[in-house]
Amino acid sequence: MNVVVCIKQVPNTTQVKIDPKTNTLIREGVESVINPFDTYAIEEGVRIKEKTGGKVIVITMGPPQAEVALREAISVGCDEAILISDRKFAGSDTWATSYTLSQAIKKVNKINPVNIILCGKQASDGDTAQVGPGIATFLNIPQITYVRRIDKIENDHLVVERLVEDGYEIINTAIPCLMTVVKEINEPRLPSLKGKIKAKSAQIIHWTAAELECDPKNIGLEGSPTKVLKIFNPPIKSNGEILKGETGEIVDKLAGILKQEISGA
Amino acid sequence: MGISIINEKCVGCGLCIKACPFGAITLVNKKAIIDLHKCTLCGACVSTCKFKAIILDKTTTAKKDLSGYKDVWVFCEQKDGIVQSVSWELLGKGKELAGKLNSKLGAVVLGADNIEKQTTEIEKRGADLIYLVKNPKLAHYQDEPYANILINLIEKYKPEVFLCGATTLGRSLISKVAIKLNTGLTADCTGLDIDQKDKILLQTRPAFGGNIMATIITPNHRPQMATVRHKVMKEAEVHPGNKAKIIEEKYGEEILKSRTTLVDIVKEIEETINLSEADIIVSGGRGMKEAKNFELLKELALVLGGAVGASRSAIDAGWLPYSHQVGQTGKTVCPKVYIACGISGQIQHLIGMQSSKTIIAINKDPDAPIFKVANYGIVGDLFEVVPALTKKLKQTFNK
Repeated sequence: MNVVVCIKQVPNTTQVKIDPKTNTLIREGVESVINPFDTYAIEEGVRIKEKTGGKVIVITMGPPQAEVALREAISVGCDEAILISDRKFAGSDTWATSYTLSQAIKKVNKINPVNIILCGKQASDGDTAQVGPGIATFLNIPQITYVRRIDKIENDHLVVERLVEDGYEIINTAIPCLMTVVKEINEPRLPSLKGKIKAKSAQIIHWTAAELECDPKNIGLEGSPTKVLKIFNPPIKSNGEILKGETGEIVDKLAGILKQEISGA
Repeated sequence: MGISIINEKCVGCGLCIKACPFGAITLVNKKAIIDLHKCTLCGACVSTCKFKAIILDKTTTAKKDLSGYKDVWVFCEQKDGIVQSVSWELLGKGKELAGKLNSKLGAVVLGADNIEKQTTEIEKRGADLIYLVKNPKLAHYQDEPYANILINLIEKYKPEVFLCGATTLGRSLISKVAIKLNTGLTADCTGLDIDQKDKILLQTRPAFGGNIMATIITPNHRPQMATVRHKVMKEAEVHPGNKAKIIEEKYGEEILKSRTTLVDIVKEIEETINLSEADIIVSGGRGMKEAKNFELLKELALVLGGAVGASRSAIDAGWLPYSHQVGQTGKTVCPKVYIACGISGQIQHLIGMQSSKTIIAINKDPDAPIFKVANYGIVGDLFEVVPALTKKLKQTFNK
């Protein structure tokens, strides 16, 4: 099976602190990392390859610096890495991003027939969860979102478990297909020494809008139906109240608050 | 189209650097430089600059013909033939938006034959038009037939606004529909309004886990589509006298076919209430010490009619299954009341729960970050407070 994994470089939220005065993120000195959900997609891709043979090709769309994320993916077992980067992509919303990534996958498919596409369930900065289904729609292949387990891999179909609010669904899907995965699916490995050496010297393929034969109407700001009107800080939460006193007093107060919240809703 | 800095006007004050949510601006020789690879043209810097030194040109060519699009539509999500409560929230908001646009409120409902009964309830919740599609093949949600039908309905009746719940179903379904219709979709909105002048939908959503808010518009494409976060909007009131026109559509095999098949559905959460539906969540973290102590939280949740959640460290310790995890790599919840017990409040956890209406935190450490987002904080021993509270509430509710 040839697997394509789509990843995104995002600010590392584990390093982000909140400014206590303004209640906004302090971004200075925050490094970029692979979107946490995408690390599960990479691991699952590598596991599929280990079981079935084939290649894992990792793709990202972003600034030249995103090469770092691709090298990291190679260090944990991906075979090839492609960076899609062009100033023409600036201002892309989820529609334009899905289009651009699907063009790249079509190009990959001409050389290595793609059987499975994996994405993280969403990115930790935008939280939209739209690009995975978007790519599947542009490529006209089935999608399964929130996959928590791949039960069976056959030549022409997969059986997978899809996490829903109150449990999971077992779904049989035709191949090729696209899956977005949740954290529960696996535990990503750490890079091996061999992997690190490979990552250092690996050739990263660069593709631009022209090489992907993108229609200029469909990329960047021009190709994005949504526009950001404004960005603002959320209203600061009023300072909370610390309940003091004996346990009995506190519990009385809490019971009162809860009663009001439940009935007043 | 693009963004640029007028060097003559830029004084190098650096305000724009702080304002940029994407870290795209740096100072070089006391002048601001924008890295176009990182810039998303959001315009946050433009409004911060006191010297009008940043120019953003957002004009795009090729305006489409948008006349002929009217009405506000809401997708009514159903499970086992029962319309889910998120739909009532959408109908409530939809009615308000339709009023401002002077248009009608349409509700779309897909399901097996038994779904027809639900139209009475949808009618009472304020819909003017109900688009009904029933077929045994639509009993359970599946991406392809559901998306195909919505695309067909929207192309035929041309709604101006389309709303759907930001649930696992909604997020999977509407992403497909918006791509196919070549229109904009804003995910996970917490605020929706109509711009009085331009009559367009203002879609406000949190990003970066709620630390930044963005208002997004879809100026040149229709319908304007949004998924809406559950539990944020108020449910539509029940008006037994309201009358809706039912429009039933039928579709053939080609539209109904799916390349995926649902083999089975397995319910996993022990409680009857799932986290994203719960009005009240009692959550535990590392401070719970061991798995069996979660019984205390379950008891409290039971009295309150709520669900039990957990922080990542509690899940990683194996105290509860992953489906209970609240936070960045788990679920985002916004119940009416969130009770955090023994949770320190790492940013990854706060991201998943800070939009809850009322937050109550119980923690031994007075400096725990959870107290920063809590409306009510108790610095104390949860093993004392929680059982006492459960007892007190049992007495209160039994009266």
